[in-house]
Amino acid sequence: MPATYHLTHLRTLESEAIHAMREVVAEFERPVLLFSGGKDSIVLLRLAEKAFRPAPLPFPIMHVDTGHNFPEAIEYRDRRVRELGERLIVASVEDSIREGRVVEQTGPRASRNGLQTVTLLDAIAEHGFDAAFGGARRDEERARAKERILSFRDEFGQWEPQRQRPELWALYNGRIRKGEHARVFPISNWTELDVWQYIAEEDLEVPSIYFAHDREVFERDGMLYAVSPFIELMADEKPYTSTVRYRTVGDMSCTGAVESSAATLAEVVAEIAATEVTERGQTRADDKVTEAAMEDRKRQGYF
Amino acid sequence: MSVPSHPTDVVSNGNGKSAEGEVIAVPLGESAQEAFRRLTERPADLLRFATAGSVDDGKSTLIGRLLYDSKSIFEDQYAAIEQASQRRGEDAPNLALLTDGLRAEREQGITIDVAYRYFATPKRSFILADTPGHPQYTRNMVTGASTANLALVLVDARNGIVEQSRRHAFLATLLRVPHLVLCVNKMDLVDYDQAVFESIREEFEQFASRLDVGDLTSIPVSALNGDNVVTRSGNMPWYEGSALLHHLEEVYIASDRNLTDVRFPVQYVIRPRKDSHHDYRGYAGTVAAGVLKVGDEVEILPSGLTTRIAAIDTPTGPVEECWPPMSVVIRLTEDVDISRGDMICRPNNQPTMSQTLDATLCWMADQPLQPGRRYAIKHTTRWSRAVVRTLHYRIDVNTMHREEGVESLRRNDIGRVTLRMTTPLFVDEYRRNRTTGGFILVDEGNNQTVAAGMITDAQ
Repeated sequence: MPATYHLTHLRTLESEAIHAMREVVAEFERPVLLFSGGKDSIVLLRLAEKAFRPAPLPFPIMHVDTGHNFPEAIEYRDRRVRELGERLIVASVEDSIREGRVVEQTGPRASRNGLQTVTLLDAIAEHGFDAAFGGARRDEERARAKERILSFRDEFGQWEPQRQRPELWALYNGRIRKGEHARVFPISNWTELDVWQYIAEEDLEVPSIYFAHDREVFERDGMLYAVSPFIELMADEKPYTSTVRYRTVGDMSCTGAVESSAATLAEVVAEIAATEVTERGQTRADDKVTEAAMEDRKRQGYF
Repeated sequence: MSVPSHPTDVVSNGNGKSAEGEVIAVPLGESAQEAFRRLTERPADLLRFATAGSVDDGKSTLIGRLLYDSKSIFEDQYAAIEQASQRRGEDAPNLALLTDGLRAEREQGITIDVAYRYFATPKRSFILADTPGHPQYTRNMVTGASTANLALVLVDARNGIVEQSRRHAFLATLLRVPHLVLCVNKMDLVDYDQAVFESIREEFEQFASRLDVGDLTSIPVSALNGDNVVTRSGNMPWYEGSALLHHLEEVYIASDRNLTDVRFPVQYVIRPRKDSHHDYRGYAGTVAAGVLKVGDEVEILPSGLTTRIAAIDTPTGPVEECWPPMSVVIRLTEDVDISRGDMICRPNNQPTMSQTLDATLCWMADQPLQPGRRYAIKHTTRWSRAVVRTLHYRIDVNTMHREEGVESLRRNDIGRVTLRMTTPLFVDEYRRNRTTGGFILVDEGNNQTVAAGMITDAQ
C-alpha cells in the first residue's frame, strides 16, 4: 500500500527484529543463534535469513540438546539447518552429565530442564560466543516481561534485572567486557498470536507435534504428558490415547500437550486467537515450581 | 471474575470454548478459515503508547480494563493475580502483578521497571509501555516515551492536575511523543460533573500550551465502572468525544513519521562472497526518514559521493520504494566505498555534519555527569566520543524552571548541554527527526548507558 506508506503491525515487528539482529552482528565479535526447533526459534531463524541473505548467516546455529527432546523436533531441526546450508552446533546435556558438570535428577518428576543452563554457559565459554540470539518473548512469562531486547549477562552468565541498561529508541548499547556476553531477544515484542500469524504468512514448516495427532498420554497435576522413556509413571497414572497437539516445544519430561483437533496452520491460529490460557501456564511444568521459577533460572543464566 | 466484561469487538472468534474455559477451543472448518482470514488480512498497524503514574490514580484499573476487555489477559494470569491480590489484602485484583513478577518487586510491592503489555483489536495492535510513577520515574518514563506514538496522562478527577501530571506531560513532549491523551479518571466520584472535567481540561490545556504539544485529547472516564474506556458512557451525555479505546484505535499516526527528509543510516554491509552472488554488495539498514525509490539520486555521507539506487530488497522481496520504519537492503548503481555509520540521503537535503551539538540530556546513571569527562556516544549506527563542554542549566521537571549555575546532573535530572565530539555525526534536530536527533551516552568504564540525549541544535 505505498500510497499511504503503510506497514502492518507484523511487518513493523519484523523490521524491528531485523534491525536488532543486524546491530548485534555489527557490534559483537562472535554471535550465535539458539535454535530448538520450537516455533519461536523457527521465526528467529527466518528473521536471520531475512536480515543477512543472500550472504550466509554471519553466525552458527546452536541447540542445547537435553537428550529428552521430542524426536519430531530433532528431526525437524536437522532438516531445517541442512536446507539452509548453515552450521549447527549441538551442545549436549548428556555430555555435561557424563563429564560430571551436572548431576541428573531422579524419580518420576526428574527433569533435565534446569541442567541446560550449565551446558549452555559451558558452550558459550567454549566457543567464545559474546552474543546469543534467543526466541524469548515478553508476553510469555512475568520474569521475561521486563527483559531487554539486548540483555546483558555478567562473566558468570547471570542476569541482574535491577541493573539492566535502559533501552532508548532503537539505540542498542552492545558494549561488554571480555568474558561477559549478551542475550538478544529480537522478538521480545511479539505475542504468541503474532508468531503463528508470521509462520502462516511466511508459510514456514513447523514440527508435526504442533498439529493435532494421536498420542499416548497420562494426566499429572492437571496437565497431559506424553508417555516416553524419559518420564516415570507414578502408581495411579494410567496412560490413554488422545488427540493432542503441543503449544510449546520443550523437554518431553516437562512439556504438556493440549487436547486439540487443530490440524492445519489456519486452525492453530484460530485456536490461539480464541484461547483463554497462556501457553506457559497451560503446558510448562518448569514454570510451576515456584512463583519466581523463571526469574531464578534466568538469573543463573537460563535462556 | 470481578472485572465485568463488555461486549467488544476483539480479536477472538469465541467459538467452541468450554464453559470452564480450560480446554482450548477447537474451531473447525469454515469458522477457522474465517477467523484466520480476519486475523491475517486485517489492515492492522501498530500503536505504541506509554502511561505513567502511581496505583492511586487508577492507572492499574484502567490498563486492566483495556486488557481484560480486549481479552488480552488469560484466565490463568487473571486467576493468579486475583489470588496474589487477595493474599496481599487488596480489594481488587492488582493488574501490576501481571508483570511485576520479580522477587524484589513482590517483596517490596513496587514496580522496578518499564513493563510492556500487549493487546490487539481488529483495527490495531498495541504495545503499552507502562512506567512506574516513582522510583526512577524520569529514566523509565523517558525510556517508555522514546518509542511511543502516544502518551496517556491520568489524573484523579477529585485532585485535578498535580505535580506528577505536569511532569508526565513535560517528559512526553520532551521526547516528542506526537499524541497526548489526558484521562480524567474517577468521574464517578464527582457525580460525572461536566464542570469538574472542563475545569481540569482547561487547566491542563493552559499548561500544555507552554509545552509545544502536537495533539491533545481529553477524555472523562471511570476506569472502575468502565465509563468511556471501551464504550461510550451513558453517564456523561455531555461528552461528545470518543471512548479511550476508540481513540487509541483511530488516532492518526501515519503522518507522524517524517516522509520528507531521506535519511538511511547504513547499518551493515552485505557481501556474500559466493560464486552465485559474486558482485552483490548491499547496504542494510532501517529507513530513518523519507521515502527512497529505485532510480533516486542519493548522496553518501561523509564521502559526499553521489550515485543512484539500483534496487531495494526487503524481507518480502524487491520493491520500488521504501519508507520508515522498514528494514531493507539498498543496492547502488556504482561500486562506492560505504561502511557502517555512513548515511545515505538526497543531494539537496542533508543532515548537518557536526562535531558540536546542543542537546537536552536525561541523566540515568548513579554516577553524576562529570562535565569535561569523555563518554562514548551512539547516534544512529555510529559511535564516537563526546565531552560535555558546557552544562547550561538544569530543568526542574515539576516546575519547568531553569536552574542555572549547576555543576552536574544527577540521576533523573534533565539539563541542557553543549557536547563536543571527536568525530562528526550526521544529525538533525530531534524535533524534526526522532531517529537522527536522538543519541545515548555510555560510560566507557563500566559500559552502562548513562544518558539519553535529544539534539536541539547543531553547529
